[in-house]
Amino acid sequence: MTWQFDSDRPIYAQMSEQIIAGILSGYYKMGEKLPSVREFAVLASVNPNTVQRALFELENIGLIETQRNTGKFVTNDEWRIDMARKQRGESLAAEFLKSMVALGYTCEQTIDLLKKSEKGDESDERNNA
Amino acid sequence: MSLMSEITLEYKSLDKYYGNRPVLHNLSVALPAGKIIGLLGPNGSGKTTMIKLACGLLTPTHGEVLICGKKPGAETKSVVSYLPERTYLPDWMTVQDALNYFVDFYQDFDYARAVKMLESLQVPAKARIKTLSKGTKEKVQLVLVMSRQAKLYLLDEPIGGVDPAARDYILNTILTNYNEDATVLISTHLIADIERTLDEFIFLQNGQIVSYASTDSLREDMGKSIDTYFREVFRC
Repeated sequence: MTWQFDSDRPIYAQMSEQIIAGILSGYYKMGEKLPSVREFAVLASVNPNTVQRALFELENIGLIETQRNTGKFVTNDEWRIDMARKQRGESLAAEFLKSMVALGYTCEQTIDLLKKSEKGDESDERNNA
Repeated sequence: MSLMSEITLEYKSLDKYYGNRPVLHNLSVALPAGKIIGLLGPNGSGKTTMIKLACGLLTPTHGEVLICGKKPGAETKSVVSYLPERTYLPDWMTVQDALNYFVDFYQDFDYARAVKMLESLQVPAKARIKTLSKGTKEKVQLVLVMSRQAKLYLLDEPIGGVDPAARDYILNTILTNYNEDATVLISTHLIADIERTLDEFIFLQNGQIVSYASTDSLREDMGKSIDTYFREVFRC
């Protein structure tokens, strides 16, 4: 996993987003032990206190759990992960639709385009252009 | 945060004059344990003077500086690990000599860790300090300083002279090696390179603190990086 941060947004927030992405993509599997605070700090070249805060946020929404003395684990609760996926999906969809509307597409045209793109028509269009 | 025991380094209404020239004026700030703090400011703003006062290399004209509640002296020097702007290792020493020198001097020096870091930076232990490049000398000095188990690390421009790859390694060295109750104060101009690793920053201008805040709260409140904010505050 590679870490990327913008310096103009809080690093802890970006870090928790990226760990969530890692959980949703299966990079960090359900029930699996996460790296320690120190390990995360080195992996992402950020301050350990930043990692603490990012993990604290994830613990608050129930995506990770602390087990006494053994560290932090990804939750085994599928429902929590589905909720996080739904939330992330909805916000990505809303963002995408907003950009498409700004380009001058309607909602229906956008849906058509997505269907075409899934079938691979997109590459034909590129060849014609 | 107001507990004395949690404050590692404190400046109390401190003035410092070089002759008639004021360098620091009515400086008061208390730095907590467990944080990595950037000491940022334009040239001549008093950063090095602040650090040297904490090492006991300079004495305040008025006011005082306290390390874990004590004035600088033999006792505080055993818990302060200082990286000066310029390396002070004698030219004739080999890297190995310098390691032995630190072992003799500091009880809290972790020899095995220093050797390991020097190996990963590919610094030859048998080489004489004289024959090393400027950047390599800086790496050696930093490894020595970070291999101590100190309560306060004072790093004066630790990454100025080294290439970007070594810079990343050095930042990681700082992140992995400081223990969680320790405070690290880093002065630098290279804010963009370092700001991800900072908990807090101090902006110093004309010997006075113009801003002391948490880096993430600045990003949250202003939507700006520390680097951008610095350029705005200190616009020439």
